[in-house]
Amino acid sequence: MALTLKATCFMQLKKKSQENLLLPPISQRFTTSIKTFKPPMATLSSVSTVGLSETFTRLKRQGKVAFIPYITAGDPDLSTTAEALKVLDSCGSDIIELGVPYSDPLADGPVIQAAATRALARGANFNKIILMLKEVVPQLSCPIALFSYYNPILKHGVEKFMSTVKNVGVHGLVVPDVPLEETEILRKEAVKKKIELVLLTTPTTPTNRMKAIVEASEGYVYLVSSVGVTGTRGFVSERVQTLLQDIKEATSKPVAVGFGISKPEHVKQLTEWGADGVIVGSAIVKLLGEAKSPEEGLKELEIFTKSLISALP
Amino acid sequence: MACNLQTVFIPRGKLLAPTETMFSRRSIGFGLQSPAESIAAWSASVVCAVASHETMTRGAPVVGLDTLINTRRSPPLHERTEKGKEVSTGKFGRFGGKYVPETLMTCLSELEVEFNLVLHDAKFQAELATALKDYVGRETPLYFAQRLTNHYRNSNGVGPEIYLKREDLNHGGAHKINNAIAQAMLAKRIGRKSIVAATGAGQHGVATAAACAKLGLECTIFMGSLDMERQSSNVILMKHLGAQVKSVDGNFKDANSEAIRDWVGNLETSYYLSGTAVGPHPCPSMVREFQSVIGRETRKQAMEKWGGKPDVLVACVGSGSNALGLFHEFLRDEDVRMIGVEAAGLGLDSGRHSATLARGEVGVYHGAMSYLLQDEEGQIIGPHSIGVGLEYPGVSPELSFLKDTKRAEFYTVTDQEAIDAFQRVCRLEGIFPALEASHALAFLEKLCPNLPNGTKVVVNCSGRGDKDAATVFKYIQEQDSQMD
Repeated sequence: MALTLKATCFMQLKKKSQENLLLPPISQRFTTSIKTFKPPMATLSSVSTVGLSETFTRLKRQGKVAFIPYITAGDPDLSTTAEALKVLDSCGSDIIELGVPYSDPLADGPVIQAAATRALARGANFNKIILMLKEVVPQLSCPIALFSYYNPILKHGVEKFMSTVKNVGVHGLVVPDVPLEETEILRKEAVKKKIELVLLTTPTTPTNRMKAIVEASEGYVYLVSSVGVTGTRGFVSERVQTLLQDIKEATSKPVAVGFGISKPEHVKQLTEWGADGVIVGSAIVKLLGEAKSPEEGLKELEIFTKSLISALP
Repeated sequence: MACNLQTVFIPRGKLLAPTETMFSRRSIGFGLQSPAESIAAWSASVVCAVASHETMTRGAPVVGLDTLINTRRSPPLHERTEKGKEVSTGKFGRFGGKYVPETLMTCLSELEVEFNLVLHDAKFQAELATALKDYVGRETPLYFAQRLTNHYRNSNGVGPEIYLKREDLNHGGAHKINNAIAQAMLAKRIGRKSIVAATGAGQHGVATAAACAKLGLECTIFMGSLDMERQSSNVILMKHLGAQVKSVDGNFKDANSEAIRDWVGNLETSYYLSGTAVGPHPCPSMVREFQSVIGRETRKQAMEKWGGKPDVLVACVGSGSNALGLFHEFLRDEDVRMIGVEAAGLGLDSGRHSATLARGEVGVYHGAMSYLLQDEEGQIIGPHSIGVGLEYPGVSPELSFLKDTKRAEFYTVTDQEAIDAFQRVCRLEGIFPALEASHALAFLEKLCPNLPNGTKVVVNCSGRGDKDAATVFKYIQEQDSQMD
């Protein structure tokens, strides 16, 4: 897919930040994105070598909470995804979750389902996503965690999948439909390739099981905030506070909360309750996917992302 | 009465593994064996696969056949839920399992515990027996199809004897009610007020709606928009029975995904009533267990009729509920041959079929590892069949296991052949089978010429064909106009 997106609609302030890749200032960072522009970063050893855990370690030292947006690759198209990744990165995201579109996403609500359908209809597939990442990841300062359902991983072969994604610089993986009992194969291959396999725990997970999950999870622990599928919700349930406490008693690993988070108020609330990271998916996906044009979408994405990040310490 | 649900059989025959990573420590496979050997070995080594982290390293113990029979009512190996109850991992060899979002896991374990409880609960079983008899209309006849038998006699006047297990005579018109009424009773027992289900052809939807009406439960049925058009009479019936019918873009696979999502969001209040032997454990086992009344009756009736067992069992395979219902009782009878017939649609090479076991590859879908129709990206392919109830890209993990262990054989039949069978059975026996069951009946054309004289063949007539009368009529009309 050609990178045809013109970057005329959003701000283009070129700054020296491109050289300070390893420790990007959280406050204003802007990048220029023109389709034929080969960023000078390519000549630096600029592939983000910092993984998920290390990112959290750094943030904790700085007293900060991670902002983790999620977008579906290929919605509305892969070139917009490439730009969106850069926008999210430049706005100050700490980790980006990138969803691999799947025909039957059981854990996803209507917004992300629709995004997957659109992406698949536009011809997004694993190889194209990998090619896109190969180009874009060197330009990013924050690590990428892929979000994929299990069947496509199995189809490609777990080992091959892990090698391929590692080669393009992906640091982490989230697979929502594999329970702890079945993660052995994934974990074995992930460890070999130094990919951090993030596991999910939920409000329905009993304490003993939660402990086993957090023990096995790498990168961070994904706390699902509510009983249900992805999708924006009006408020964050108070249960999340208790769940966060329980998890923190069981582990010192960072905990990021996701599902339903869509407003600065939610982000603030979660920070107060002790979350180490907040994951925002459907709200962002909706923006991008339903915008009048990709350019509009990217512009709104930037504004929205900043509003959420500003609610973080 | 109950079969041991937690018993998981691992054969000492060859396991086919498309990728190396499929071959977990729990699977054992050394070299090819004949079917008889496989069954013997398989009966003799009953292994419960336990996948909890600690026990995986210890491996799984082997239990002999005696132990199997004696411990039919309790699981040999188990994990423990939070409350210390025993549950199993629901694996059939490498197939099955629970590949669902974490949110569902505890619910599934609890469901399994409840399920085990009802299997051993005499009161529940008595109530279920009454419901099956007085409400569903069981026992269904094992009907000797004289004219079909004559039809398959060769020029020397020899041929097999064809019996039809008349699941079409159940209340609602199909075998689906056997499972729906049992699970609805289970749901009520555990205090759920509302049922959610997905349906393809509408038979499971009708059965569930009927059971809910009888038990005073709220009912929501998800149905694919394409299916709603094709089986509209069932939609109207569901509504009359008090169900809310929600349309989902696509067909059964999409409706099922949506039903599961709905379930995830309403775990505490609603009960997902699976209609077929797919999904995360314990769903496939539950459905198979409640459908296995078909096989149990068949054994008894065969004994009464001819003092023996059936020689060949034939059933259509969409996802596997009616096939497993008939087969399960006879799994350990080495002399009973089992044949599943899938939908070849417009032909296996056309790409428009639903022949999962014939053309699928192993993957994870709707919560279970099983054969499924997928493309090179691992995306799920939408299937086709004129038998709407056969249109499903996945298949029961237990059937996948039976295929791999060669305990059952699987073949396919095209839309055209099914239509021909529908007409044949109408004319020869005055019975109008559902198009799904017509696939099983169509296979007799290929099967019977090769069977010795007097072979007793039992075909599961899994549903009746009122709902398909218009479809068949239209199909024939279109054919005739094409020929003109």
